[in-house]
Amino acid sequence: MDKSTAHFLKQRLTALANIPLALFFLYALMTHAGADYETMRAFLSNPLVSAALLGFIVSALWHMYLGMQIIIEDYIHGEALKLFVLALNFLFCLSVGFVSVLSALRIWMA
Amino acid sequence: MVQLTLPRNSRPKEGRVWEAPADAKDVRVFRVYRWSPDDEENPHVDSYHVDLASCGPMVLDALIKIKNEMDSTLTFRRSCREGICGSCSMNIDGTNTLACIKNIKDIRGDVKIYPLPHMPIVKDLVPDLTHFYEQYSSIEPWLQTRTDEPSDEWRQSPEEREKIDGHYECILCACCSTSCPSYWWNSERYLGPAALLQAHRWLEDSRDELTDERLDRLEDSFRLYRCHTIMNCAKACPKGLSPAKAIAGIKRKLVDREI
Repeated sequence: MDKSTAHFLKQRLTALANIPLALFFLYALMTHAGADYETMRAFLSNPLVSAALLGFIVSALWHMYLGMQIIIEDYIHGEALKLFVLALNFLFCLSVGFVSVLSALRIWMA
Repeated sequence: MVQLTLPRNSRPKEGRVWEAPADAKDVRVFRVYRWSPDDEENPHVDSYHVDLASCGPMVLDALIKIKNEMDSTLTFRRSCREGICGSCSMNIDGTNTLACIKNIKDIRGDVKIYPLPHMPIVKDLVPDLTHFYEQYSSIEPWLQTRTDEPSDEWRQSPEEREKIDGHYECILCACCSTSCPSYWWNSERYLGPAALLQAHRWLEDSRDELTDERLDRLEDSFRLYRCHTIMNCAKACPKGLSPAKAIAGIKRKLVDREI
């Protein structure tokens, strides 16, 4: 598949996935507002909850990366600056994703 | 970076005021963008006080009246005066449209007239559309086939013909492309709504046999995918067409081809 169509498709598919995953994330936040550390930890160590949250992190960050890439390409025309900002975008999404996934896994594994 | 402000020598200044004759009965002010390549001056906005009592109903009628009776130096394109040639496209009252089918009565207050946005200007209300036409020609807007030419004609059923409704009516006035922010920022590489509507017209044509090659040429993150469904094109089109829908159709064909 051509890169451009693949990009378009990935953006749509992650957008679709974000709907239920973000709703679940909000539900998790709302039902545990004010909960103590142990309750929260027990909730997050449930494999299904953990999987849904990991899914949300990956899908939302991927979607953010793709969308931000388009905006950068739209507005920044100098080749060097564009490549630099695109690299920043990639590194930012990757590191946020890495830290978040690692945290979620640590709670689950513990 | 995209340039968000005009350079100092491009900022429009207040121009001349052209008063209406003393016996004028129904005066409306037309504020018109003026720029000439022949002097070093900034663009300026002239105010023409036009007597609507002796003027036709459309904005183009007023422009012609100004040129005939007040200021013969005012420059604009026009031809058919009935919305079919696409020559008099300009930005009127904040919207790209055809001056010949825009009724003065539909505009409140002063009538503000500018050239199509974000295009190089030849003079006054005349934009340089060379690149726009080149983009149109790049999509090869003609019937392309592989099978031998039939002895009588290329047949098309009424149902197949219906598929190019909403496409063939396009008069290439450039109202849509020049209203598209994505086209403003990236017109060197993004084909824009008008050319893409035409590209879709040939993809939809049952007689055309080079669909795959056409799709290959469109499949590009800039040529096609700079469309972010902003929909200004559909809002601006004076013929009531929807380039946005046609572009969505191209994207759908590309995805369908893959899955």
